[in-house]
Amino acid sequence: MIRWTAGLKAGLAGLAAVALVGLAAPYLFGEAAQQLSGAAREGVSAGHWLGTDALGRDVLARTLVATRLTLLMTAAATAIAGVLGILIGTTVWVAGPRVRETGLRLIDVMVSYPAVILALVVAAILGAGPVAAVLAIGVAWSPAFARLTASLAASVAGRDFVATARLLGVPPYRVLTRHLLPNIAEPLLVLLSVAFAGTLTALSGLSFLGLGVQPPAYDWGALLDTGLEAIYTNPAEAVGPAVAITLTGVLAGFVGDGLAAGSDPRAGRGRDGWSPSAPVPGRRAPDGALLVVDGLSVELPGGVRLVDGVSFHVMPGEIVGVVGESGSGKSLTAMAVARLLPDGVRATAAGLRLGDLDLTGRAEPARLATEIGVVYQDPSASFNPALRMGGQLTEVLRRHRGVGRAEARERAVKALEAVRILQPETVVRRHPHELSGGMRQRAMIASAVLPGPRLLIADEPTTALDVTVQAEVLELLKEINTAEGTAMMFISHDIGVVGTLCDRVLVMYAGRIVEELPVADLRVGRAAHPYTRALLAATPRLDEDEERGPLTTVPGRPPAPSARPGGCAFAPRCPVALPICATDPPAPVPTGEGRSAACHAVGVPS
Amino acid sequence: MRTEDHRPVDAQSHRPENPAADTPGTPVTDTSENPATGAPEGTAVRGGGHPWAGFLLRRLGGLLAVLVTLVVVTFLIVQLIPGDPARALAGPDATPQQIEQLRHEIGLDRPLPEQFASYAGGLLGGDLGVSFQTREPVADVIAARLPFTAELALLAVVVALAVAVPLGMAVAVATRGGRRPRLDAAFTFVTGLGGAAPEYVLGTLLVLVFAIGLGVLPASGAATLSALVLPVTAIALPGACVLARVVRREAAVVLEQDYMRTARGRRLPAPALYARHALPNLLTGTLTLGGLTLSALLGGTVIVESVFAWPGMGTRVVEAILARDYPVIQGTVLVLGLLAALINMIVDVLLGLLDPRTLAGRSHA
Repeated sequence: MIRWTAGLKAGLAGLAAVALVGLAAPYLFGEAAQQLSGAAREGVSAGHWLGTDALGRDVLARTLVATRLTLLMTAAATAIAGVLGILIGTTVWVAGPRVRETGLRLIDVMVSYPAVILALVVAAILGAGPVAAVLAIGVAWSPAFARLTASLAASVAGRDFVATARLLGVPPYRVLTRHLLPNIAEPLLVLLSVAFAGTLTALSGLSFLGLGVQPPAYDWGALLDTGLEAIYTNPAEAVGPAVAITLTGVLAGFVGDGLAAGSDPRAGRGRDGWSPSAPVPGRRAPDGALLVVDGLSVELPGGVRLVDGVSFHVMPGEIVGVVGESGSGKSLTAMAVARLLPDGVRATAAGLRLGDLDLTGRAEPARLATEIGVVYQDPSASFNPALRMGGQLTEVLRRHRGVGRAEARERAVKALEAVRILQPETVVRRHPHELSGGMRQRAMIASAVLPGPRLLIADEPTTALDVTVQAEVLELLKEINTAEGTAMMFISHDIGVVGTLCDRVLVMYAGRIVEELPVADLRVGRAAHPYTRALLAATPRLDEDEERGPLTTVPGRPPAPSARPGGCAFAPRCPVALPICATDPPAPVPTGEGRSAACHAVGVPS
Repeated sequence: MRTEDHRPVDAQSHRPENPAADTPGTPVTDTSENPATGAPEGTAVRGGGHPWAGFLLRRLGGLLAVLVTLVVVTFLIVQLIPGDPARALAGPDATPQQIEQLRHEIGLDRPLPEQFASYAGGLLGGDLGVSFQTREPVADVIAARLPFTAELALLAVVVALAVAVPLGMAVAVATRGGRRPRLDAAFTFVTGLGGAAPEYVLGTLLVLVFAIGLGVLPASGAATLSALVLPVTAIALPGACVLARVVRREAAVVLEQDYMRTARGRRLPAPALYARHALPNLLTGTLTLGGLTLSALLGGTVIVESVFAWPGMGTRVVEAILARDYPVIQGTVLVLGLLAALINMIVDVLLGLLDPRTLAGRSHA
């Protein structure tokens, strides 16, 4: 959709003004532009704002008068380029697959050649002159249109409505005019404005070289050429046409940019970061806890709270599961702990520490890098595609532990071996795209474990994997936990997966922890919070298809972070909601040894 | 000609055009998933022939195709002259006798295939014909001119990249997440202005300011090293502006990628983060989109040579076209075309070095 930005408006208004000059100037200044005077190549004066040329004619008048010819030639060349290019592009596309393949390659080659060279060929054949120049530039610009048309047609032609039209036996040219062109009009419009700017400068360039407009006719390019000859006597003579060409080009560029930027909403602004000055401290963590999170909130710049006062802890060697629907804030909580929040998102906490490492202040990079390991959700996107696996795996060791290249490599190979990747010596020399998804995730685990972290944060590590690989990855994490005693925060939307791996489970809903319970209780369905119970009622087996998700049978949807109700966020979906739930947010209350739930209805007989 | 010739706007509008092309950072989802976990995973590592072997073979094939096309096109320049080429070549004052003599001399009276065979055969033997105007062998003309043009064009490519990449990246880092909107606007305005100024206009203005106004640099000629400064600036600057925008947009995309978060998770210092992790991915996209800008710099060179009276191929081919000196036109166009192919090939090889995934993809010659 066209968005009327200031740039677009300014560009269109400016071009309209230039067009008006082109229309009117020959009538208004035509005489002045031709009038010879004895004062040849005079400098700037009140009578001649840009001085005079070799024959004593007023340069400003000539520049204004030249607008018409320049614009006409530019419009003609752009039209030729557009019509020819669109014709070639659609022909190539409508023709059979074999012609298409060859045609596309040819267009590709032509596009990658400078238009000047192509224009020189045409100018050489037709001789120097305005018609030859217009044809030359038009032809030279047509491959750009052909390519855009062909590739847009390719993307549109794959869509359903075109396929349907074809199936219905609509003839190709009808498909073209009825279905394809309307859908590709907008990008073509953008290219058209870019091409206008391009042909303007190219045509002026040819005239500047003496290959375009021939005297006594003149356009901006020809004026610039004579201006350059006179540059020592009247420097202003070159300025007029130079400004005219650049200004018109810039205006056309504004229009192109404006049209192209139609759908480019910029994200909100603001700084990311931490402010330890923070709200309500939560409950006290037990002594000896490894990770202590106290009153953690994560906010968007506008003040919308994505995570709202979350408190929990992780004991050494413990695997704590964090489970919840998408948007419940579980991943943000994990990323806040890892200090890897995206730009513009802000975290506050009354306390956040990993052992003796304060995570709210300016924590030392080396300690952060080595003491927290992160396994990310999408292993194919989380490795750098341009770097070899070995370099990425050894980075932390080499940078923060000062381990030498050979030793780091050796340890990376061992770590890969430990996650059961065969031929680890080969794998370290590969790029990520050369590995399978399952291998990448295991390598990611190896990378996270390699520096010997105290806490491993696994952010939905199995979501992007297929079921059999999932089971292996879970097993691997369990193994690491058993063998190394590494504490883990395991984030998942799958309560079944959490049940098999974790010791203790945090259930999150709408940015808050609604229940905390030992995994044994979860397994036997002994949950206190109605949300957890609803989740369990809808619990999938481990082998259930990820796509469907386990939560579709909980009626309703979680509220958007900006529209959370004043009371309990789950109240609108809750089968046992009380009147108080709509007004007062429930605080977590202990429901047994190592258990708590944030619910007004807990203990109330239903 | 403008450096962004042929390039449909920039990254944004370009993207939908080529859905198959890997934009940097987009996760590669089509690689070998290995669901058969019972099988040894090690075999999933792609072995087989060396990726560069196939790549270079294809590129050489492409280069050959370009060469053949250029030979055919330059041959056709004379054939396609409207009316009777011999009459056009001989000029308006020629007698019918002179026209016939010329026709025979350049072989226009022979059948087309024979003419082509003799033209192509001559090229193979390094014989590009003899200038109508000066009677010099065209090969000598080119040998004298080519170094000057190559010098300008290659320096301009280097300068454009050296300016555009750090600038675009710095702006992307400084404005990420919508920060510093004024810097953002200033960058967009300045690069828009710089990108829209044609090389020859910029060249003229540079002469005005630095050669005539300040008198610090020579306005023309190629005698001294300082004579390079103004032409290279004129050619490189518009291209650099266009490229900087591409770099900035690509960098903004790359900075948002998951692997950049992984790198941040390793708590690398800023230089390592940007130079090692962002730069290669960013260059892939930049070169894919901006490679055309680079070869278009050659077009800018051809025109800018006239501003500075630079003794290169550009000034010579313009002279030749005005004088209808066809052997020189054919020779220079052929060599300029090859130079453009060379720049394209360098870009492709760079891409292959930076991102091996592109080795398998198709690319233009």
